[in-house]
Amino acid sequence: MTLAINLAGVLLIGLIIWWFWLSRPGAKVQAASNETTVIVEDGVYTPSVLHAKAGTPLTLHFQRKDPSPCAEQVIFHGLDSSTFLETGKTTTVTLDNPPAGEYRFTCQMQMYQGRLIVD
Amino acid sequence: MQTQTLPIQGATCQGCANKIHTALTRVEGVDHVEVDLDHQQVQVQGEADPAALQSALQQSGYAAEETGSTCHHQASAATPSSTQQQETRLAITGATCASCVRTIEDALRGTPGVTQAEMNFADRTATVAGTASTDTLIQAVEQAGYGASLATDSDADNQDEQEQAHYRQLLRHMWLGLGLGVPLMAWGLLGGDMTVRPGQPSQWIWLGIGVLTLGVLATAGRHFFVGAWKALRNHNANMDTLIALGTGAAWLYSMAVVLVPGALPEAARHVYFEASAMIIGLINLGQALEVRARGKTSAAVKRLLDLGAKTARVVRDGKETDIPVEQVHTGDLLRVRPGEKIAVDGDVQDGESRIDESMLTGEPMPVAKAVGDRVSAGTLNEGGTLLYRATAVGRDTALSQIIALVRKAQGSKPPIGRLADQVSAVFVPTIMIIAVVAALAWYNLGPDPRLTHMLISATTVLIIACPCALGLATPMSVMVGVGKAAEHGILIRQGEALQTSSKLDTIVLDKTGTITKGKPAVTALLCAQGQQEDALLQLAASLESGSEHPLAKAILTEAENRGLSLLEASQFAALNGKGVTARLSGKRYRLGNRRWLESEGVAITLDSTPLTDNGATPLFLADDEQLLGIIGVADRIKEDSSAAIRRLKDAGLTVIMITGDIQASADAIARQAGVDEVMAEVLPEDKAEKVKALQQQGRTVAMVGDGINDAPALAQADVGFAIGTGTDVAIESAAITLMGGSLHGVADAMAISAATVRNIKQNLFGAFIYNSLGVPVAAGVLYPFTGSLLSPVIAGAAMSLSSVTVVTNASRLRLFNPGKGETR
Repeated sequence: MTLAINLAGVLLIGLIIWWFWLSRPGAKVQAASNETTVIVEDGVYTPSVLHAKAGTPLTLHFQRKDPSPCAEQVIFHGLDSSTFLETGKTTTVTLDNPPAGEYRFTCQMQMYQGRLIVD
Repeated sequence: MQTQTLPIQGATCQGCANKIHTALTRVEGVDHVEVDLDHQQVQVQGEADPAALQSALQQSGYAAEETGSTCHHQASAATPSSTQQQETRLAITGATCASCVRTIEDALRGTPGVTQAEMNFADRTATVAGTASTDTLIQAVEQAGYGASLATDSDADNQDEQEQAHYRQLLRHMWLGLGLGVPLMAWGLLGGDMTVRPGQPSQWIWLGIGVLTLGVLATAGRHFFVGAWKALRNHNANMDTLIALGTGAAWLYSMAVVLVPGALPEAARHVYFEASAMIIGLINLGQALEVRARGKTSAAVKRLLDLGAKTARVVRDGKETDIPVEQVHTGDLLRVRPGEKIAVDGDVQDGESRIDESMLTGEPMPVAKAVGDRVSAGTLNEGGTLLYRATAVGRDTALSQIIALVRKAQGSKPPIGRLADQVSAVFVPTIMIIAVVAALAWYNLGPDPRLTHMLISATTVLIIACPCALGLATPMSVMVGVGKAAEHGILIRQGEALQTSSKLDTIVLDKTGTITKGKPAVTALLCAQGQQEDALLQLAASLESGSEHPLAKAILTEAENRGLSLLEASQFAALNGKGVTARLSGKRYRLGNRRWLESEGVAITLDSTPLTDNGATPLFLADDEQLLGIIGVADRIKEDSSAAIRRLKDAGLTVIMITGDIQASADAIARQAGVDEVMAEVLPEDKAEKVKALQQQGRTVAMVGDGINDAPALAQADVGFAIGTGTDVAIESAAITLMGGSLHGVADAMAISAATVRNIKQNLFGAFIYNSLGVPVAAGVLYPFTGSLLSPVIAGAAMSLSSVTVVTNASRLRLFNPGKGETR
């Protein structure tokens, strides 16, 4: 019994490390498009992974459905872009020709997390 | 076979679809046609000629104005200006049911130039794509029997309502959680039995309570579980994950105790339904308090949003009508009466008045406006009536740009917040691991009942850990700090400037227009024996009457101030680099520099040293024979410059003045202003080099200048301040823009920056300390000393309070007064 519980604990730790840090979400990948709608609801951006083509402006329509203050801003780290999102409305964020690379976009507290891949 | 997608417009029913279908299938090479009314497009399969298809569509009457395989909506939104397509959002009134939506959409789609129209019934707005003007769209909706106006993003009232609704919902959830949790906890505290005894009636009672708790989790706690699940699927973990895991684990364990008590040791048959319900209640309470406290942190932006006028008095065809400000177009003629707000940016066409611009620039004195002057939306007309022509409306007004700038800066983070960001990114999974480790430690090393201890320690660790406090520490303070600065007419572009401004050691001030007024004025008059000041000035002003030179303007202004009339001048001649000469009342006079008059044989019988010592340029006036007097013209320092420079020096900064003036005049101004060092005779293009040289000495340098001529130096400095920009906020060379002209703005900006950084440090310190003490205590490190574990309920209360504390501390910054204790 003791061994089983300890083994389960260690496995659980391994699972946490693997799921949250080592593996990357494969699903919900948005097809390469320079105009996309992102829904902000229940603690997640949908889609949370965005692909975009480098060298063209990127237009993102954020639909904020979550009224909690956590969701009120979207910040693109490394692209000097932060925008307030109004509840129940669509706010358009335009990124001017983001250079190729991978950028995180999050809320202020980084509870909402997404990735923008420009290639 | 290929598929071509063609945009259509005006197709609203199946009849239209049939017509399009028939028209296109007749075209040679078409195999299949599919009409998509929702997206106003048609897909054609086959080898048909695109031009023929387009022609057929046009004949059917449903062709959109543009063709191509690109989705129309995407093309218009991505490049609205290049195609003249635009997306318009209308606020709709009078729509009471879902069928109204169809009517309104049909009315809009039937309007020429509209390619797509969709109505959102939830927020009563319609989004219309196409080339139709806003007025046409509004008319179309009105003809359909509903009301419409241009929806604005600054719809603050609606936002407030949503915030209120969210607040009330959180309170309802709190009551649900506490309504069940408090009586249960009171029962336990008053000595009631919280354990399950197999076969006793109490087992059934606990089962009922377990179901009730599940009800609380499924209603008041639903958003935590949904959020946690969605995040989990995205390989993310957030605050919801911790709460859902903590409360879920407590409920599952308790249900196991109720359903199969025999499987657990007797000492471990304790239920924790009260913990689940209390935690859900307390965290909803914490979130409600946070919503309230956050409302205060964005007060500055709300105040700016409130500045905008709701209506404007437009003059069309000689008639004046009040219309909603959203319907004003550039080029419209508008009237503003005393006591009214300026509705949009414009140029004054008629009238004179004084405008209070303090709400934007921080300058307390009203500004005189006459024909040709610019007026800005949101400012207050105090005196007369003005007629002005709109030059910028909607998002293009200075006020809207200021709001946009402030909001953008409020979201940026100074480097000090990066550590917290890095910790936040890995925080939740780390806490989950700590919870598992704590549970295993209690299982292997702890005393009995081990299972209970495992559950309590793991649950308490999950609940007490607060990523919110950590995540909010920096952004909340930046939000309040940047807003506070905006209230003082200071626009901070990046969060980084906040941090750098708080650790500057050297400040370089441009002289002209920064320390001084930038407009020369007569500062002294020296008369030869027998001469009068006014007569001297009258002669000088008459000589200069045709000149545009700044020195000439200074003399003319002084003469006008003294009410002196000008004499008629003849045979006027301006000698470059020397002075001017003309005949006045039949006699020749000369006004110019010393060297010229001396070369003309005029004896300089007056001493001009007192003038030059004070930084004035001496102009010598002579008739045909002798010197009549000397007029000193100087660019005077602003009244409050020396007080502001004293504030900067008191803050420990070395204050340096930089100017192209010769050393003697520069020294004179420097003495009056009280700066520490002077850099004179510096060419404008060399200012940036001078700043760089200071940086190479290891100094952290701020540069204050006008934002245009000094742009390279502003960009070179660690922090650039553009001063006196008025409502022209498009100064990108400077990290900080001071809309007012006073140097106190620089001192204020630095004081606000220092206070903000101090506030961030307090918040970060609090958040780190809270988490790094709270988590080990929750895991049970104090058990050997206290003999008990921290209750998960207390952990829930502490967690709720920690984020509220951060937000409250940040909103304390609102009360900060940058000029406190200073003479202003």
